[in-house]
Amino acid sequence: MGGLQIPLEHVLLLASCLFSCGLAGLMLRRNLIFMLMSLEVMLNSAALAFVAAGARWGQPDGQIIFLFILSIAAAEVAVGLGLVLQIQRRFKTLDMDQANRLRG
Amino acid sequence: MTVLWLIPFLPLLSATLMLLSAGRMPRYLAAWLGVGSIGLAAVCVALVARAYLADYQVQELTLWTWMSVDNFTPRIAFRVDGLTVVMMSVITGVGFIIHLYSVEFMWEDESICRYFAYMNLFVAAMLLLVMADNLLLLYLGWEGVGACSYLLVGFWYRDPDNGRAARKAFIVTRVGDTAMALGLFLLFTELGTLDIQPLMAAANDRWQIGDTLPILATALLLGGALGKSAQLPLHTWLPDAMAGPTPVSALIHAATMVTAGVYLIARLYELFLLAPPTLAVIAWIGLLTLLLAAFTALAQKDIKRILAYSTISQIGYMFLALGVGAFASSIFHLVTHAFFKALLFLAAGAVIHCLHHEHNIFRMGGLRTRLPVVFLSFLIGSAALAALPFSSGFFSKEGILLSAWTQPGIGPWLWAGGLLGALLTSIYSFRLVFIVFFGEAQTEPDRQPGWQMAVPLMVLCVLSLVGGWFVLPLSGVLPDPGHEAVSHWVEYISIGTPLLGLTIAYLLYLGRQVSIASLMASPAGAAVQSFWYGGARIDKLYDLLLVRPFTGLAHWWRNEPVDLLYNALVWMTRWGHGRLVVLQTGELRWYATSMVFGLLLLLAIVLRDSA
Repeated sequence: MGGLQIPLEHVLLLASCLFSCGLAGLMLRRNLIFMLMSLEVMLNSAALAFVAAGARWGQPDGQIIFLFILSIAAAEVAVGLGLVLQIQRRFKTLDMDQANRLRG
Repeated sequence: MTVLWLIPFLPLLSATLMLLSAGRMPRYLAAWLGVGSIGLAAVCVALVARAYLADYQVQELTLWTWMSVDNFTPRIAFRVDGLTVVMMSVITGVGFIIHLYSVEFMWEDESICRYFAYMNLFVAAMLLLVMADNLLLLYLGWEGVGACSYLLVGFWYRDPDNGRAARKAFIVTRVGDTAMALGLFLLFTELGTLDIQPLMAAANDRWQIGDTLPILATALLLGGALGKSAQLPLHTWLPDAMAGPTPVSALIHAATMVTAGVYLIARLYELFLLAPPTLAVIAWIGLLTLLLAAFTALAQKDIKRILAYSTISQIGYMFLALGVGAFASSIFHLVTHAFFKALLFLAAGAVIHCLHHEHNIFRMGGLRTRLPVVFLSFLIGSAALAALPFSSGFFSKEGILLSAWTQPGIGPWLWAGGLLGALLTSIYSFRLVFIVFFGEAQTEPDRQPGWQMAVPLMVLCVLSLVGGWFVLPLSGVLPDPGHEAVSHWVEYISIGTPLLGLTIAYLLYLGRQVSIASLMASPAGAAVQSFWYGGARIDKLYDLLLVRPFTGLAHWWRNEPVDLLYNALVWMTRWGHGRLVVLQTGELRWYATSMVFGLLLLLAIVLRDSA
């Protein structure tokens, strides 16, 4: 393995940055779509950390987990977007601060 | 084949029939059945008594073994000796007379069937009590009469006061019965049997006079006797038990049941002879009770309460006699007392019956000419109660007083106390006669007693007069030490005391030589009067010491203080819920944020621990 070696620390730093961005988005955004997108960012940051760790120790596990995360994210988005549609239909808004009643 | 088993069976059968009819039996049938069964039982008793008097042969009959557990095999078995014959004769004889009287007394009551059912059941239980050859069967009869007493005291149950009186009678006697049950347990564990004859033989074998165990056992049995016979300190139920119909008071609370304690002690006399301290206690309790009850009777206004206290007082005499070892004298007084006190109660019942249920003696008066039959009965009954010479009570009380006198040591004191009691007895019985039957009429009788009332009264009059000449077949059954000859002045004093009492009563209540009203009006007189009117405040004392703390505790427990702990848990949970529910805002971002911070916290903890 030649070429440019990116130190693990850098990758993890990037992953943390992404994760924090996602987290901040999740906590701060009010629109459900943006919250779902933030979740995607967080998932991907975790996946990035797995890939980097797998590369660091030369193990395939990291990439396998990445595939898992990818499929979970896809499933989650499918469910999440379904929910978004329902919420939009019921509340006529995607502002989650407006939609805080448990009973529809 | 012997007719012995028929004696308790007949009343039991008729009681069962009447109870099964659930009150739908026509009243004439109930009356015939109720009176007839007792009459037949009395005939059977007469046959048994005649057989016994012919050869003084103890009759025994074992019906079956009640239960068999290891070496504990009580039998349903009867044993009839002289004492039992005497008791059976009193129970069925006086019982029959009172049942006959009840027919008229209770005729207008809608529950006459229930009345006769309970009365017959009572007679059956009482017969079981005196015929039992083992203490367990005796205890069955003992509790049976207690239950019937409860049922009959509370017979007119629609008045809550009657129910209260019934409960009081039941609970107070239960205190004594518990002690008695403990005594039976002790006897069985120590001697291995409850059959009366083997038990007394074993006791004589194993125990010396004055040992601790016989003293303990007899003291426990004495507890039962005190409760049943209404002696100090368990006497408070009897005056209240007067809430029942008057024939019930005559049969149960004068003639038979209340003397069961006397019977018990006489039946187990060999055991009690092993415990001289218990006997001394019995004598002193008898003396105290007879004096206290006599003083109380002097202050009462209710005709039946006077007689009730008088009963307590007379049973005190019987206990006094038992305590000084004069068992036969005690039983003799039991018999004569059964005659004259049943007579007095039935006469009082007739007065009450003819006077629109009036109980207060100060609202009677002048009945001498208006109810002559009742007056005669009351006069004879009071004479016997006061032990005027040649009445039945005279002979029996004389025997008791002389036996007390000859008792070494404490004898003269007991004698003097008994004499004072005799004086008081005479005063209060003639106070009753003078107030009720002399003076001016306050209430006019609205009817005259019919033959069902008059005949029993007349029969009991005769018995009260001649009862003193009966010779009870007790020799060989009960020891009667008799008494050595006493100087004549002792006898003269005992004869003179009732006459003195009669004179005092005459002066106070009839001759009006001494104004009783002005005596009562003085503060001291009023205080004494109210003290004795309240039965020496013993009821108040018990109320303060036992009833109030108990009901207070019950009220406290009704709020279930133990539940406070669990309720506190519930309150805490509810409070926590109230605080925590504000977190559930429904705002997604808030949830996410709190999750993040929670996660951070967990991470921090984990990392700090692993570091």
